[in-house]
Amino acid sequence: MALRVVRSANDPRKFGFETRMVHAGHIPDAETGARAVPIYQTTSFVFDDAEQAAQLFELKQYGNIYSRISNPTTAVLEERLASLECATGALATASGMAAQLVTFLTLLVPGDEIVASSQLYGGSITQLVHTLKKFSIGVRFVDPTKQDEWEAAITPQTKALYGETIGNPRGAVLDIARVAALAASKGIPLIVDNTMATPALCRPIEHGATLVVHSATKFIGGHGTALGGVLLDSGKFDFSRYPSIAAPSPAYHDLRFFDTFGHYGFLMKARAETLRDTGACLSPFNAFLLIQGLETLSLRMERQSASALRVARHLEAHREVAWVAYAGLPSHPDHALAKKYLPGGAGAVFSFGIKAASGPEGRARGRKFIEGLQLFSHLANIGDVRSLVIHPASTTHQQLSDEELSRGGVSPELIRLSIGLENVEDLLWDLDQALLAL
Amino acid sequence: MGPGPGVACAVTLNSALTPEQQRRFQDPLVIQRLLRGARTVAVVGLSTDPQRASWFVASYLQNAGYRVIPVNPKAAEILGEKCYPDLASIPEPVDLVDVFRPASECLAVARQAVAARAKALWLQLRLVKIEAAELAAEAGLDVVVDRCVKMEHGRYHGGLHFAGMNTEIITARRSRRG
Repeated sequence: MALRVVRSANDPRKFGFETRMVHAGHIPDAETGARAVPIYQTTSFVFDDAEQAAQLFELKQYGNIYSRISNPTTAVLEERLASLECATGALATASGMAAQLVTFLTLLVPGDEIVASSQLYGGSITQLVHTLKKFSIGVRFVDPTKQDEWEAAITPQTKALYGETIGNPRGAVLDIARVAALAASKGIPLIVDNTMATPALCRPIEHGATLVVHSATKFIGGHGTALGGVLLDSGKFDFSRYPSIAAPSPAYHDLRFFDTFGHYGFLMKARAETLRDTGACLSPFNAFLLIQGLETLSLRMERQSASALRVARHLEAHREVAWVAYAGLPSHPDHALAKKYLPGGAGAVFSFGIKAASGPEGRARGRKFIEGLQLFSHLANIGDVRSLVIHPASTTHQQLSDEELSRGGVSPELIRLSIGLENVEDLLWDLDQALLAL
Repeated sequence: MGPGPGVACAVTLNSALTPEQQRRFQDPLVIQRLLRGARTVAVVGLSTDPQRASWFVASYLQNAGYRVIPVNPKAAEILGEKCYPDLASIPEPVDLVDVFRPASECLAVARQAVAARAKALWLQLRLVKIEAAELAAEAGLDVVVDRCVKMEHGRYHGGLHFAGMNTEIITARRSRRG
């Protein structure tokens, strides 16, 4: 029998992921001792006196002023996610799109460029191409699996690299450590969208990412009840030569955020300036709902990933199915990367194609298949406890020609699934009966 | 409002120190004891510029109820307190010496802190001079290196948490009042 090491009561302990999932960021308050996280549904907070008010506005004291900038319920979600992602801190936003925009508007100035993966979520690509253009910020897209493309796209104007842990919908896995090493060699941050993996399956900061963004609407909330987003900072990037964070800020009485707040500099600026000015804050009630989801995150990700693998294997062997794109399958080109970065499962979202169904026939058969399903909910979201399905060619991407669809990696026959918590045999039954009816 | 007594979580993020150095010079229990016990804090290198980090820390400490004594040979008064050119000139006992000078000056400051019978030496965030830390520790002072006094106070009193930062404190115990 192994000898059990007895530790002293004062020996500092590094608590495990599941423990932090239910405890981090929330200490029962002195006044009430409430065990669940209270919802502070208030816009504003009373000052002690005029002096304290002035010091709060000057950031010389910590505290809450107005829920557009910070809120005690939201702070629990922020610290808990920071703990789970091994980040130095976090900033919650109204949605994942808002988290991404707040990140860019904090880092970048007109004339800057960003190099991004072409396999990002479609909404991210639209924001990069069209909205950032209005701020005179340029973007260059690269095939994320090709290291030389990343390298070749970097110019003196490039101020950040941006990729996604697991691409949506084709499941491309980012070689985080490799791209992070490239970013470090150029003295620029690597931003990773970790929505599809969540910290339960992959923690990009442990592989060298500087910043992480999430749509918390998906697996973090997990129940399809609340929109939300979060951005997180590793605290490890040296912003001392990065002008937008290090230089005196005209938007905050010439405060030098990196000099004054060190590893909290980026997040303090994102909160005190960008969130203040964009107003893209998370509602406290949504923060509460997202916290409820977060408390069971690892259990859901384990089960939903395992079910997704089971469903993917089943479909791959099905005679009506032409192909399955799931990084958890050996047939996926990024399977080796998935084994390295996603040992606990390759996520719960993947796509597949119905056989002999290209062009207009593909779109029609895809529509017929979806209409034949009984358990899968037909909607435009992922990460719910319920299984979801969408046929991009007849919904989100219906305005695009077949050629435009394939350029975006979305073929006419592509169907995307997000696997939930139903009995997996029931899901296989549902897919089989809908395929049989084609 | 902060966590109950006896919080013993590993606080390891954001330091240039090795794990062994962190254990010696960033002990969470020593830090909590210092923050609880200290009354008088000499801030060596306190700037006259209200937008510098040293001013942020000193004004925060004043507000949290500590007596701040500025050490700056080029100023007469900062934050309403008389300035002293060095630690030896301070005519009263000092509990904590908080240092905002370059690493090259830290050894001299450590010697002064020992001579002035200060109870603790604290080298601020990103200020690493292990020889100075060793010298003060051998003379019996509590020593903290590469941490910020304001951030550490905020860590144990809820402020850092409200800013969305990872305090690394995990506990099911109820906060204590005050």
